[in-house]
Amino acid sequence: MTTPIAAYDIARSPGCPFDPAPAMREQSRQAAVSRTRLWDGSTPWLVTGHAEHRQILSDQRVSIQPANGTPRLNPGEAQSTSHAAPSFILLDDPEHARLRRMATGAFTVKRVEALRAPTRRIIESRLDELVAGPNPADLVEAFALPVPSLVISELLGVPYGDHEFFQANSRIIINRNSTGEQRGAAGQALAGYLDGLLGQKLAAPADDMLSALAARVTAGELTRAEAVGMGVLMLFAGHETTANMIALGTLALLEHPEQAALLRDSDDPKVIAGAVDELLRYLTITHGGLRRVALADIELGGETIRAGEGIVVVNETANRDPSVFPDPDSLDLRRDARAHVTFGYGIHQCVGQSLARMELQEAYPALLRRLPTLARAADLDDIPFKHDGFIYGVYRLPVTW
Amino acid sequence: MKVTIDQDKCVSAGSCVMAAMDVFDQRDEDGVVVLLDPTPPADLSDDVHQAAAVCPALAITVED
Repeated sequence: MTTPIAAYDIARSPGCPFDPAPAMREQSRQAAVSRTRLWDGSTPWLVTGHAEHRQILSDQRVSIQPANGTPRLNPGEAQSTSHAAPSFILLDDPEHARLRRMATGAFTVKRVEALRAPTRRIIESRLDELVAGPNPADLVEAFALPVPSLVISELLGVPYGDHEFFQANSRIIINRNSTGEQRGAAGQALAGYLDGLLGQKLAAPADDMLSALAARVTAGELTRAEAVGMGVLMLFAGHETTANMIALGTLALLEHPEQAALLRDSDDPKVIAGAVDELLRYLTITHGGLRRVALADIELGGETIRAGEGIVVVNETANRDPSVFPDPDSLDLRRDARAHVTFGYGIHQCVGQSLARMELQEAYPALLRRLPTLARAADLDDIPFKHDGFIYGVYRLPVTW
Repeated sequence: MKVTIDQDKCVSAGSCVMAAMDVFDQRDEDGVVVLLDPTPPADLSDDVHQAAAVCPALAITVED
């Protein structure tokens, strides 16, 4: 077999901003497991099918630790993610489980439900300000970014007044084009900031997650550096991701008015929850590629992945797998999309997913009800999409109402 | 229908609680799964199977 191996490219097509990259789709149509060529000439495995995605990510014989040889998807990426968040997201079990379980208590379904009313208040007050301000406005700046930033600030115990600082540094971390140096500096800046806050919580604990982490440090269950790393991770992952999903999801709804009407007019929490999961599936903003390395020979989708070989697992094509989601390219808020893998799969699946879901379940309906005439104030072609992000979204979304 | 869980495998995603809250709960301190009803009634069968299917850690087993 001498078929040339296609280059790894997640950039979506300008005309189809909601669909996975054309080359990635083509490759997934041909095989659920194949090879891809990275910028450095290496050719790790590419897993694009839904069943294979879940199978490999729940296999205990794969590692996420960079030192074991996970693929480097971009030149600037070498080691840089570990600067930003030297936490459980780059560790294998059992160390991963030990650290992860120190964070999970903050995201139980019960805890998140208790945050629903405060989140609703945050959303309403941002909407008050939006309507009182200039029309048209940028929905990212006025709504999509502040809402999750306010929620995670409150949950963590970070002063929202510092939002420009932590948002700017988070943007650098998730930009694919950031150099290792830039990303390292941004990670260090956030770590220094969180370390200062942690010091304050050690001296004067409050009812927030940073104080809970500080208590673990005092109890000797967590080093201060581990607690800081976890704080950095929660802070940047807690607002950038959801912010992108609010803005891009709103744009998708504006492009599908009949679907938007369904979400706006329903007061059934199950319908709203289902709609949010479908938006998560359809848009798959987590298109940055999940990196693993095989620690043993693994059979997957008719291929044999050898020990030591790198693996890139693709969420966005798994979420368009027609064997799991019939007519996968249409946005259908009534479908059962709960098997989507936008939050990943396996032991590293997103720790904040229940929080993200709750925020989205509150944000879309509130926005659509408060501004029933909401419309985009720019041509689709003129909207700056985050083609350079590990997390997809829009930089700005001009809207009018 | 008989449900078993593996708390050591659980990664506290909470998907099972969202799928079948009468059958699954979470420990307050770390979100690890707690089984409320090991033999749920038949009308919860779809929800329980859904919970097992979406569990990212394969920590839930359902025997019909």
